Amino acid sequence: MTESKIVSELNEIFRDLFDDDSIEVTRKTTADDIDDWDSLEHINLIGAVERKYKIRFTMKEVSSMKNVGEMIDIIMERAK
Amino acid sequence: MKELEYPFDPSQLLSKRRRLRKELLADGSKRIKKKIAVLGGSTTSDVVKISDLFLLNDGIECEFFECEYNRWWQDAVFGNSELDEFSPDVVYIHTTWRNAEGYFPAVTSADGESERLLDECFDHFKQAWDALYEKFRCPIIQNNFEMPPYRHFGNRDIWDKNGASCFIAMLNVRLSQYAQEHKDFYIHDIAYTASAYGLDKWHDLQSWYMYKLAMALDAVPYAAHSMTRIVKSIFGKNKKTVVCDLDNTLWGGIVGDDGVEGIQIGRETAESECFEEFQKYLKKLSSMGIMLTVASKNDHENAIAGLNHPEGILRPDDFITIKANWDPKDRNIAATAAEMDLGVDSFVFMDDNPTERMLVSRSISGIAVPELTSPDEYIRVLDRSGFFETTAFSSDDTHRNDMYRANTQRAQKQSQFADYGEYLLSLEMKAEILPFSAVYIPRITQLTNKSNQFNLTTRRYTQPEIESASEDENTITLYGKLADIFGDNGVVAVTIAQIENGVADIVLWLMSCRVLKKDMEYAMLDTLVSQCRQRGVHTVKGNYYPTAKNSMVKGLYADFGFEKISEDENGNTVWKLDVSSYENKNRYIKVN
Repeated sequence: MTESKIVSELNEIFRDLFDDDSIEVTRKTTADDIDDWDSLEHINLIGAVERKYKIRFTMKEVSSMKNVGEMIDIIMERAK
Repeated sequence: MKELEYPFDPSQLLSKRRRLRKELLADGSKRIKKKIAVLGGSTTSDVVKISDLFLLNDGIECEFFECEYNRWWQDAVFGNSELDEFSPDVVYIHTTWRNAEGYFPAVTSADGESERLLDECFDHFKQAWDALYEKFRCPIIQNNFEMPPYRHFGNRDIWDKNGASCFIAMLNVRLSQYAQEHKDFYIHDIAYTASAYGLDKWHDLQSWYMYKLAMALDAVPYAAHSMTRIVKSIFGKNKKTVVCDLDNTLWGGIVGDDGVEGIQIGRETAESECFEEFQKYLKKLSSMGIMLTVASKNDHENAIAGLNHPEGILRPDDFITIKANWDPKDRNIAATAAEMDLGVDSFVFMDDNPTERMLVSRSISGIAVPELTSPDEYIRVLDRSGFFETTAFSSDDTHRNDMYRANTQRAQKQSQFADYGEYLLSLEMKAEILPFSAVYIPRITQLTNKSNQFNLTTRRYTQPEIESASEDENTITLYGKLADIFGDNGVVAVTIAQIENGVADIVLWLMSCRVLKKDMEYAMLDTLVSQCRQRGVHTVKGNYYPTAKNSMVKGLYADFGFEKISEDENGNTVWKLDVSSYENKNRYIKVN
């Protein structure tokens, strides 16, 4: 699984979830960059990513993830 | 919207919620507006957002109030000015086993301790319900309690008085007893929803620790769907009729090809047993007042022969009408709806054939067309869809089938008379028209929420609102019951008029379409005018607010002899009648 593939898949998840086709996620994207990304929507985002890659983030991972880049790293690590 | 019909895909709803919402709001359908206060003992945000989708799909646009995290009890008991101002139409208390956990007995508790804790826990909840009802006089929906995720005693947990499972089971019985004794109190059976979902998957502890979400994220749509079935039922959005296909829907095989002996129904084979159970399920629905009809591509005589199969459960008489012919089904269904005087959006169409389902769902807007895959799934799909979620249940419901059948007989009798008046006289109609009384209040409330066509103002009422109208001395309330030689129609007409300065303003005037063209409206008006005279009212004011469904009564006040005093750009009209010059209009109905 390549990083660029994951970025484009995550982009689709974000666009669906926030219903905003102008979203372009990068490794640096954080909750501050997307208006509707609050703590409640975070639950849905994590859930959608977990469903897509059939993985479960650990509680530690969820609480320590700082940006989309770290999320990508975990996905690549798990999907090996 | 297909995405919101059972069996829905929970992940789709969660990840495409915003888009679905936008599409629902843009579909041009008319929706009633309601306010729901959600008081939660855990995170409620997703429950609210997904409930919003289901309700929009049911024709209800809601505004929501959510309490702060786990402030449900404080807001209920001590009040909250924001909530007061919100003034909900429904309160939903979303609590779970986590909110009862603090009352669980210790494993070593002495005799009597668990009973004391049970009382204490129940009273804690009851205090919230009482305070909310006292303040808002609106329906309250309360979750019962799902079984906990672990059992210290193992199997003993369910019977040992100090077992958590035993505590939950007894608490749920207390809740059910309370619901049996209190109107406007509805239990959302989250215990059933959780077990149907699968308790291990339901209890996603990670979601609890991280987000204080009391169930797995993917389970939220099931909880929201189940809870909103109650809301849409309270607001009169239930379905009323099941239109059944026959071959491979009510029995296995094709009666026209296989012959009556060849179709699968009864106990002989696994397949026939499956169809027998489905017929039994439908038979019980029909005994609750849900009406059954047939739309089948068959020769009529074959259809009847199939329904008379010796092992069958449903008989030709169980159906209000049987359309077995070779016309397109959408046309047959539209004809059925017209004959029954019901909106086709109150129909559910059951057919094993995907082509027929597609035709019907595309050409008839608002009809429910559940996806039927294999026959052993029919019951579950129909059951879980919640089309017939029962909140109010009156004796009228159980007699509905008889009444509709009697209507068919009346239609036949009518054809024997050349003169319509003569026909009406031959019916020997008797009406009871009186102020609201307690025993009819559930039926009156139900009528205000489901009558669309013969309804001048389409004002919806909750039971407490009907009660307070009946107690108000400046309000004239009248219900009308109508019986004839073919049977009793029960309560079919409701009028509410508010008196101010000698003017009676008709805020609600409705009649069930069951009794159209019987002059029942004249009998109601005569009684209203005579009540007005007794109370010194000189003028009666009428209002007509047009909707998509009530054009049949556009000219009612003109027919009554009212004079039109105004009309606005939306077609809302106001009318008045001088009481002193009014002469009684009813000639065929004996009143009281």
